[in-house]
Amino acid sequence: MDASILSSILFATIVAGTPLIIVALGQLIAEKSGVLNLGAEGMMAMGAIAGFAITLHTGSPWLGVLAGMAAGALMASLFAIVVLTLMGNQVASGLALSILGVGLSAFIGKPYESEILPTVGAIRVPLLADIPIIGEPLFNQQALVYLSWVLFGTIVWFLYRSRPGLVLRAVGESPSSAHSIGYPVIRIRYLATIFGGAMAGVGGAFLSVFYTPLWVEGMVAGRGWIAIALVVFATWRPFRVMVGAYLFGGVMVVQLFVQGSGLGINIPSQFLSALPYLATIIVLVIISRDQNTVRLNAPVSLGQPYRPEA
Amino acid sequence: MTTAADGGDELRLELNGITKIYPSVIANEDVSLAVKRGEIHAVLGENGAGKSTLMKMIYGVAKPDAGEMKWEGEVVHVENPAHARSLGIGMVFQHFSLFETLNVVENVALALPGNPDLNKLAEQITEVSNRYGLPVDPQRLVHALSVGERQRVEIIRCLLQNPKLLIMDEPTSVLTPQAVRKLFDTLRQLAAEGCSILYISHKLDEIQELCHVATVLRDGKVTGDCIPAEETPKSMASLMIGKELPVPEHSVPGELGEVRLQLNRLSRVSDDPFGTDLQDIELEVRSGEILGIAGVSGNGQQELLYALSGEEPLNDADAIVICGKSSGRDQPDRRRSNGMGFVPEERLGRGAVPRMSLTENALLTAHQAGMLKHGMIQFDKIAAFARKCIADFNVKCGGEEHAANSLSGGNLQKFIMGREILLAPKLLVVAQPTWGVDVGAAAFIRQELIDLRSGGAAILVISEELEELFEISDRIAVIAEGRLSPAKQLADTNIDEIGVWMSGMWEQPAAGVAAHD
Repeated sequence: MDASILSSILFATIVAGTPLIIVALGQLIAEKSGVLNLGAEGMMAMGAIAGFAITLHTGSPWLGVLAGMAAGALMASLFAIVVLTLMGNQVASGLALSILGVGLSAFIGKPYESEILPTVGAIRVPLLADIPIIGEPLFNQQALVYLSWVLFGTIVWFLYRSRPGLVLRAVGESPSSAHSIGYPVIRIRYLATIFGGAMAGVGGAFLSVFYTPLWVEGMVAGRGWIAIALVVFATWRPFRVMVGAYLFGGVMVVQLFVQGSGLGINIPSQFLSALPYLATIIVLVIISRDQNTVRLNAPVSLGQPYRPEA
Repeated sequence: MTTAADGGDELRLELNGITKIYPSVIANEDVSLAVKRGEIHAVLGENGAGKSTLMKMIYGVAKPDAGEMKWEGEVVHVENPAHARSLGIGMVFQHFSLFETLNVVENVALALPGNPDLNKLAEQITEVSNRYGLPVDPQRLVHALSVGERQRVEIIRCLLQNPKLLIMDEPTSVLTPQAVRKLFDTLRQLAAEGCSILYISHKLDEIQELCHVATVLRDGKVTGDCIPAEETPKSMASLMIGKELPVPEHSVPGELGEVRLQLNRLSRVSDDPFGTDLQDIELEVRSGEILGIAGVSGNGQQELLYALSGEEPLNDADAIVICGKSSGRDQPDRRRSNGMGFVPEERLGRGAVPRMSLTENALLTAHQAGMLKHGMIQFDKIAAFARKCIADFNVKCGGEEHAANSLSGGNLQKFIMGREILLAPKLLVVAQPTWGVDVGAAAFIRQELIDLRSGGAAILVISEELEELFEISDRIAVIAEGRLSPAKQLADTNIDEIGVWMSGMWEQPAAGVAAHD
């Protein structure tokens, strides 16, 4: 395999992993507060169509990303009202949100199915991009790829170095204790849930505005579910989320490469398409076997409604 | 006996006519009390008397429906705990409000205003812990701390806010006797420095030893104020429960019979990463005796109980021998048919199904006692059994068709205990028989256990209440860090020795114990 193929596989891996990083880190924040939102798939789909439509009408991909963010946040707010104010069941409400988002996006997106957006140019970092093999994949990328790294760094700092992050983790571990020492549990959970939704929307918009860039019904293709699984198997730790996302992206790209080039191997294409999902989950299950790390990082109150005492 | 510190006439906190009504119960009705500067003020009452609710209102966790609260002479409405803390009110909760996956500094930081620097805070924690004799390592994760250490963290957390009033909710229920003495020293030191303390408890001896003044609550109302030093435990008990405190009669044990329970080098690695591994536990309980196991919670009691009940069977069948049969691998129902009864600590959810009727709950463990015919439930028989249980054990309830969760803790415990005792077990394993049960019911349950053993049953009691174990046991052993001490005859030991053992030090020479006094 020559260096240019390796370089382009790396490049495509990073692009494919980026939406997962953004969505999964958003979910991570929501889950750290104790809210399990299974609606990521639906929020991504809404983000994708909103982003696509606004970019098409305004010609600005950045307005598109903002629209995707807003759509995701709106969906998450709806979810938050149901589970945090009305104390609805989080699992059932999240599933409903997924179904709603996927269906609604297909409905809204019908007129846009034949449209194509212009490709958004990459941003080239001078000098660094000239490094052999890794230069192009790392330093000649879409702006959102760079932003996903900034997001990663910010979230690590927020969770483990900042006071609001400490409060967030405390709320997720024991909402009743957090309430008894005076933190507004419900408000914090609202914010975390909406942040999660906003990131899911950005992830969706990345797919439709930067990645493909077109709108097809069902284009999220299970990435929302993979993002949720990533968070769990990464035992709620940002670095592992990132590793898992790139692993998924990598296997995705390699299997496409194998399918495309033929390589003379006769494997059913359906199996190859399932490979990224399978590989990601197997690897993450293996690294998350240690019960101790799970106990130390999992938000204890995840999925449980909490009603503060009056 | 100490008196309130100088300047003690200044009123720090005054409650007038505080009332709090929950949908089903009046938690507090027209409660008034006054706390002076530097005073240790006891709030005495049984479980459910409304002590905790009252403290929650002072601390702003709950809001009163009527009445006023004055803080240093001025009327205040405490909106939330942060407001209470800004006034100078700190609270140490009965069920700790700590976060297990965070370390000590982070836990403390969460309760402080602003954004404290964690390194400086760690130094402050060390300083305060040295000053008040509350040793704790600021960098350790809370889940790895013992219960006593957790309480220290809670106290330090309050002290760092320089409180003028410290509320302690049942602080000694989780401590060894030695730790209780240390805590009292700390509290006296604080009071001498001018901090007022509201001390909630139902333990009369502690209140007599520590508190300057006591306010007694019963059914949400104040039944009296007194100066504990001038009262007897009897007179305070009658204020608290409305009658005299019954004391169980402990008859001398008769001839011991066969071995009903034998543990042979029982070891088990806990499935729970924060659990305790059991190591080489050996014991023997004979017919006609009560063996008590003392220990601070979290030292392997839960793991031992799960192994004994059969909820977590062992690999080694011989590790547990019940009535002569190797039972280590047996499921709970096999152990029951061998003659073992079991009363778990959690009444609702493990001892009884909350939403099922008492009749159905009786059937759960009594189904082997002729309640079934060709696999069909004999409803008349099982209802008769439940009625007998209710009558014999003085269970106050609406009838055998009422759901288990409609009973108060004490009454449900009496029912569960009755259900097991009526099945005439050869061996009864009981965890925390009177946990959260009012004083009257507790005395009744203890008497029933003594009567059962006098009738020839073998009983193993695991409890965190030392007084209880000394009241009912014939022999007593201690569990610490998953290891079990040798068992001693009650007459050959005392609370001090057991207290030392509770910190795991039973292999040291007896001289160490003597030197302690």
